[in-house]
Amino acid sequence: MHDIYQFVSGPMVWIAFIVFIGGSLFRLIQMLLLIQKKESFIFSYISLKYALRSIGNWLIPFGPVNMRNHPAVTTVTFIFHFCMLVTPLFLLSHIVLWDESFSIRYWALPDTVGDVMTVLVIASCLFFAIRRQKMADVRFLTSASDYIILTIVAMPFITGFIAYHQWGSYPFFMVLHIISGEIMLMAIPFTRLVHMLFAPFTRAYTGSEFGGIRYAKDW
Amino acid sequence: MVEPENKPDETIRDEGIEAGAARLTEDKIAETINRVLNVEAGARLRMYVDTCAHCGLCSEACHYYLSHDNDPHFSPAGKVKQTLWEMIRKKGRVSPDFMKRAAEIAHTQCNLCKRCSMYCPFGIDIAYLMATVRRIIHLLGMTPLYIQATAHSHAATMNQMWVKEDEWPDTLQWQEEEARSEIPKLRIPLEKEGADIMYSVIGPEPKFQAQLLYQAAVILNTAGLNWTMPATPGWDNSDMAMFTGDNEIMGRIKRAHFETAIRLKVKKIVMGECGHAFRSVYDTGNRWLSWRMPPIPIVHAIEFYYDMLKEGRIKIARKYSEPVTLHDPCNVVRGRGLHEKARYVINAICDNLIEMHPNREHNYCCCAGGGVINCGPPYKLARMKGNRIKADQLFATKAKGAKTLVAPCHNCHSGLEDINHYYGLEMNVKFISDILYEVMEKPE
Repeated sequence: MHDIYQFVSGPMVWIAFIVFIGGSLFRLIQMLLLIQKKESFIFSYISLKYALRSIGNWLIPFGPVNMRNHPAVTTVTFIFHFCMLVTPLFLLSHIVLWDESFSIRYWALPDTVGDVMTVLVIASCLFFAIRRQKMADVRFLTSASDYIILTIVAMPFITGFIAYHQWGSYPFFMVLHIISGEIMLMAIPFTRLVHMLFAPFTRAYTGSEFGGIRYAKDW
Repeated sequence: MVEPENKPDETIRDEGIEAGAARLTEDKIAETINRVLNVEAGARLRMYVDTCAHCGLCSEACHYYLSHDNDPHFSPAGKVKQTLWEMIRKKGRVSPDFMKRAAEIAHTQCNLCKRCSMYCPFGIDIAYLMATVRRIIHLLGMTPLYIQATAHSHAATMNQMWVKEDEWPDTLQWQEEEARSEIPKLRIPLEKEGADIMYSVIGPEPKFQAQLLYQAAVILNTAGLNWTMPATPGWDNSDMAMFTGDNEIMGRIKRAHFETAIRLKVKKIVMGECGHAFRSVYDTGNRWLSWRMPPIPIVHAIEFYYDMLKEGRIKIARKYSEPVTLHDPCNVVRGRGLHEKARYVINAICDNLIEMHPNREHNYCCCAGGGVINCGPPYKLARMKGNRIKADQLFATKAKGAKTLVAPCHNCHSGLEDINHYYGLEMNVKFISDILYEVMEKPE
């Protein structure tokens, strides 16, 4: 177990970050080159003002009409994305790792808050899974890959929660936690989690078309 | 809950789709699909497909979905799943039967109205994806018969309705003569080089709605404008080729239209109350011809009436008294933001505007546009069943007192007239020009 721990917390972390950052850059550059090659007109329609107008409006909870039409999904989605991004970045035990490796220190969340946010992420994933099951239209769009992606996202939080509370075998769940976190990072550029990278662009383009050419709102 | 079966509507037989599918082999299908998806299409298609989180938040944007009791097959992403996702997953190796179903979905179960792209959290342009499916169907030669016949008309005559070259000026002169019995000095100036405005219409106006040419002539004459109409092909601003994915023909007819305006050395093109034609000249056709924006300013009728009323060139004698409601057409509202100007015009010419809900950008589609009504009689019932939600919306507006339904778009107008009869709404469906002509001050 110790050797595995050494590997997943050492070389594997580097691999995961290289795949995540390298893969993300690859996807973004590939996308921009493809636009340049085949749809360069997109660059002439993109407008910073209307891109930001659209992105901004879609960042306001319950701003867009469709968010108001789906209050539960809206609430859960905002909580989920916020907690999922903030918790791993500002958890004290993660910052300690930054400190030990690179002497990087910054403000940390109180442990209890981190704990609650972790539970919120797990509960949100459960909500999304149930929604996929129960709503006929969402179920129609769902394939195994959607559950796999949801699992990839939920796993680091579930295992982290178990490890933090030292339920069961701590080393086992710790290793599992690290591995699942690495899998999630590496999955971002190469699965539909890529919406983390692409969504700002798709919205920027639609926002630019709606704002600059069509003089209409898109929210 | 049991999912409804995913089968083509057996009651409909479309000769164009059937004959086209009979000629197909899986190799030809795969070759064509892969050419469109990998060679013609680019980053947009790939990003839209990769980014979609399969969340289903677009479902309730679609009038078909709402009208079919939330049947998932009619949700926007559901339609992409039944067409593009399968094509991509199978690398184009799908059967002719699959393509028949894809043709039915892309051509008759989506109006390309773009309402769903306002509901997608990522702003994915699902209309673009459906248009891509139509492109594949076009290249496979299995476009629905009626709309294909219309595209043929565009290719052969440069107009939508097989209007012959001599019939066009003949019709204009006939309407000029008619109108002169009301306004003796009225003219429909043909081929007047250097006029300020070229007025252009869609093929159905001379074909069977000639009174609209009459009304337009009265409005343009009363406003005292320096205007003209071409006597040559290029007068028609409509474009069904855009909706069949026949981009090459779309380019030819748009070029003819723009070049006619340039030949006449006009300052701008003013067009009648048509939505899809506006989309073609303002958004789609010009881009195919590599114009970022139209080479000559395009003014849609709504904006034109707005300018005329605002400048005081047209004065109102007596406002229209019957309470009206206004249908916001997708192509000039989501496509050009003319909703507030339309309201200015309606309020200037009518006593009482009662809003339908939802309205403006969020209005429900007419279910006729996007080439769906042009797929003809085989699909009329599909259009009616596919837009029960529109009837519900209009019944609710009627209950608030609205008696006249103003639809400033040809496709919307025809589609809503069908809804009107099918659901027994008993509203008067009108163009803005019908009312404007009726209530304006006319010269002696």
